[in-house]
Amino acid sequence: MSKVTITVNGREMSGEAEGRTLLVSFLREALGLTGTHVGCDTSQCGACVVHVDGKAVKSCTMLAMEAEGAEVTTVEGMADADGSLGVIQQAFQDHHGLQCGFCTPGMVMSTAALLKDNPTPSEAEIRAYLDGNICRCTGYHNIVRAVMAASGQDVSGLGVVAAE
Amino acid sequence: MYNFDFVRPSTLAEAVIALAGDEAQPLAGGQTLLPSMKQRLNMPGTLVSLTGIADLKGVSGEAGASVTIGAATTHAQVAAEAGAFYPALADLAARIGDPAVRNRGTIGGSLANNDPSACYPAAVLASGATITTNKREIAADDFFDGMFATVLEEGEIITSVTFPIPQAAAYAKFLQPASRFALTGAFVARFEGGVRVAITGASEGGVFRWSDAESVLSNSFSGDALAGKLPAAEGMISDLHGSAAYRAHLCGVMTRRAVAAAG
Ligand SMILES: Cc1cc2nc3c(=O)[nH]c(=O)nc-3n(C[C@H](O)[C@H](O)[C@H](O)COP(=O)(O)OP(=O)(O)OC[C@H]3O[C@@H](n4cnc5c(N)ncnc54)[C@H](O)[C@@H]3O)c2cc1C
Ligand code: FES
Ligand code: FES
Repeated sequence: MSKVTITVNGREMSGEAEGRTLLVSFLREALGLTGTHVGCDTSQCGACVVHVDGKAVKSCTMLAMEAEGAEVTTVEGMADADGSLGVIQQAFQDHHGLQCGFCTPGMVMSTAALLKDNPTPSEAEIRAYLDGNICRCTGYHNIVRAVMAASGQDVSGLGVVAAE
Repeated sequence: MYNFDFVRPSTLAEAVIALAGDEAQPLAGGQTLLPSMKQRLNMPGTLVSLTGIADLKGVSGEAGASVTIGAATTHAQVAAEAGAFYPALADLAARIGDPAVRNRGTIGGSLANNDPSACYPAAVLASGATITTNKREIAADDFFDGMFATVLEEGEIITSVTFPIPQAAAYAKFLQPASRFALTGAFVARFEGGVRVAITGASEGGVFRWSDAESVLSNSFSGDALAGKLPAAEGMISDLHGSAAYRAHLCGVMTRRAVAAAG
């Protein structure tokens, strides 16, 4: 066991990790931050996406020790200072961008990474960027709407499937 | 995963020493190695992380001549920075996996792994790139040694890859949407001295140069010139995603698309 220290959501935190401890296990088990989910554990689903030094990564496919000294942002860091939902979270709620919510932490973190690079993405850009985030429930339309809304864009024409 | 020791040196020299130890293996982005360790297909005694070595990261080049990518440079960084020198290479990097994979996965890891469906091996082989290690320089034509195999020796570290810049080039990837790798992909590069074509995802021998297409395209750089030409289906991968004949067919289609995109 070695001590790992990372700055999580602006607060310096330390815990014990083995070589094999994954970043996601460290966040959930050593630091008690269970907002980040493990869906597949095989780098396919994106439920575990967090930001490490500002970049979206799958925390099930990174070792805790690789994050020593890094700045990590998890979904717990996405709320506003007073604890109310942040803009992206609120948009997911408003547009029904979740059902069971299992994929949501990763979706929110990938969305935050997308909007940082590209503040007003098109529908195609949103779908391409969320390629690594899998949702079993929503069918994605409402997630795309939520991302559009979070970026301040009009969603009225979006995802309306024309009747036969 | 079985447990292991983890070290994260900050210089190449320290990494070389750490890798001389028993059962030591380099860790780059971990996007391939960690999943294979979880499945216990791989069980190194010591993982030597290359991510803390600044000298192994970065993109530098000379317009119209060459571009050199540090082995531990992520796909995202290549996508963002190599375009000024070699647009087809940046475009290939931008389409590997998904954004989170691109933020960790590296060119060195991709080449050392030589997955038969990976994208970078096609660019390296079609461009006639040079792979530099801590010991030597290896020409792309000599580097790949069959599926998941290369000529790298135990403890040898790729440090950088240098690509000569072709007059025109493009990568056409037929996406396997579940894995996000290429079901079959073709990288075409036209140099003054001739055209090189490398195919990934198709052959049981891993990435290969399609020499018949190269001769045709060196005479006439157009998709029409390739009409009806296919490599032999014998020796192509056959699995639930596609038969050997289907992959041979895709070699033709993807090469023609790459030629059209290269213009
Ligand atoms: C969901 C998903 C989708 C993907 N899609 C694609 C795709 O579309 N196209 C594609 O090409 N790839 C794809 N990949 C693979 C990805 O590109 C990996 O990043 C890459 O294959 C391995 O790079 P890495 O840096 O993660 O290496 P690691 O996993 O850290 O290492 C891989 C191997 O290389 C060795 N190694 C690493 N660096 C060096 C070095 N400098 N010198 C010598 N040996 C070294 C390691 O010891 C290990 O054996 C995908 C992966 C995932 C998880
Ligand atoms: S849990 Fe990490 S990608 Fe699915
Ligand atoms: S809301 Fe259930 S998996 Fe996405």
